[in-house]
Amino acid sequence: MDVFLQLTVSGLSNGMVYALAAVGLVVIYKSSDVINFAQGELLLFGAYLSFSAIAQFGLPWNGGVAVTLVFAVGLGLLIERLALRPLIGQPVISMIMVTVGLSSVLRAVTTAIWGAQPRTFPVFLPGGGITVGSAVLGMDRLVLIPTAAIVLVLFGLFFRYTRDGIAMRAIADDQQAALSMGISVKRMIGLAWALACVSAALGGVMLGNIVGVSQNISAIGLRVFPVVILGGLDSIAGAVIAGPIIGLLEAYTGGYVGHGLNLVVPFVALIVILMVRPYGLFGRPVIERV
Amino acid sequence: MECGVYFTDYRADMALRRKPAERIRLWLFAIAAVAFPFVATPYGLTLANQVAIAVVGAIGLNILVGYTGQISLGQGAFMAVGAYGAGLLTLRLGLPWGVSMVLAALLTAAVGAFFGLPSLRLKGLYLAVATLAAQEIVEWVVTHWTALTGGTEALVLPPPMLAGVRLNTDFRFYWLAVSIAAGTALFTANLFRSRVGRAFVAIRDQDIAAGTMGVNVFRYKLLAFATSSFFVGLAGALIAFYRTIVSWERFTLETSVVYLAMLIVGGLGSVSGAFFGATLITLLPAGIGTVGRALQDTAPAVASLLPHVQQALFGAVIILFLVFEPEGLAKLWRNVKDYFHVWPFGYRS
Repeated sequence: MDVFLQLTVSGLSNGMVYALAAVGLVVIYKSSDVINFAQGELLLFGAYLSFSAIAQFGLPWNGGVAVTLVFAVGLGLLIERLALRPLIGQPVISMIMVTVGLSSVLRAVTTAIWGAQPRTFPVFLPGGGITVGSAVLGMDRLVLIPTAAIVLVLFGLFFRYTRDGIAMRAIADDQQAALSMGISVKRMIGLAWALACVSAALGGVMLGNIVGVSQNISAIGLRVFPVVILGGLDSIAGAVIAGPIIGLLEAYTGGYVGHGLNLVVPFVALIVILMVRPYGLFGRPVIERV
Repeated sequence: MECGVYFTDYRADMALRRKPAERIRLWLFAIAAVAFPFVATPYGLTLANQVAIAVVGAIGLNILVGYTGQISLGQGAFMAVGAYGAGLLTLRLGLPWGVSMVLAALLTAAVGAFFGLPSLRLKGLYLAVATLAAQEIVEWVVTHWTALTGGTEALVLPPPMLAGVRLNTDFRFYWLAVSIAAGTALFTANLFRSRVGRAFVAIRDQDIAAGTMGVNVFRYKLLAFATSSFFVGLAGALIAFYRTIVSWERFTLETSVVYLAMLIVGGLGSVSGAFFGATLITLLPAGIGTVGRALQDTAPAVASLLPHVQQALFGAVIILFLVFEPEGLAKLWRNVKDYFHVWPFGYRS
């Protein structure tokens, strides 16, 4: 039971970070049909930025996070303008490879600035632990879960109620119709990248709090794929729900089965989902089929 | 004087080398390849071997990605199957290296066809994600099935023997690597003059149309996965015998990405594109390393940044080619050829 509790908390907290990363991926995919293979590097960048702002420039943690988010927005707009916009209308492989190239550039930039050594993150989520029965649950992980949930709800509200959010849903639905209604598709795709960077940066900051900052954070970029495929590539709600599911799946296999099986189980799940229900839990069932 | 390419019969149009200039260039290239090891430095020979192996792998991947349009992120995994297959067949069953190399390539073809099964239902991005999963799964199996592969321990192989000569130097291995690369190039160039190859291209261009014209889309997709994986496995086996050490770190997702980058940079869907891309991407780190050593004394600060520059440049090269020349080096080369071919009557459209 204690093991179960601990695994649940760690699975859920990892899963919430997955969800944050996955939301960015889904937003980009919805607006521009691009799968972002650099999502892990965006998390990494966010984690390092807030590390710099708080530990090196001595900002209070909330100021540091705010600065990180401003930079994240700038980074997103920059990426979209320089790398993605010239490729509108190119085949799928170009879209994949451009984000792969981006991930390589971003990783090089982070190692050039911050080095390859792991750094101690200026932790601001409350430390310590709560003892339930004989299980010790990390306070930081317990706080992370609702925090990430709030952020995800805010994203949901943004898409539901704001003008830009509705415009983004419109271009996801039908770019031509959206264009004829006076929505600037280019601006919206830029915004999608900015949002993806923001959600990734927040994920990176939270992950930094619980595991510290190192290049390993970028590994999340791959572990997000089972999440988005399970939730449905074009469903934000799907990403939010699938994140914790995959997180728990990993934690339970890691805890009860072992043998490093937790590393591969999400990908086996991915193949199974693709074969059985390629559009995932909540995706629109019109995917490209053969 | 010629001002373009005008064939008057199908035979001329279908020929492997269509113009006299192409034949001359090919001979010159062949002579250069034969002469190269006698004039090259040892380091140059090492690079040449790496390029030759990369060419085999890149042409293999190009059959799948460039010609058939099925995106695969599983290149590293398939190379691992080839390398470990060759290594284990030699070590455990004591087969001669040539036999185990061919068997390993066939085994990779089978594994490739198996992981091509999702292409029955998926295409585009979804297939790419499925092959990504395949890569992760194979990597996990290789590192965790300790009884078979030795896990994270490396396999150590004897260097191959050919007619009583141990191919343990770069100079000796060069002949093996280059002849396999040449054979692969020749096979692939001919494949796309045949019915099978053109079925692949038809599937890439429009799978539904291909199906209505009588191409069995699923069968040919699997065949493309198998053919491509055969050469990829061959490249993996070559790496195994060249390095004489097989370790899983050589076959990660990074490898898949590097090979895809070769195709993007070189040009999708042509043998020469795979060759150009493999050459450039293999030589890029070596070139930067040389610059680094040159700068070591004069500007150590710059030299210490170079490893980062190398990674950044790798990404930047991909992005720049995609943005400015999506058809890659092969297109640039074609432009140069066309310029001289129709000179002075060329015009810019």
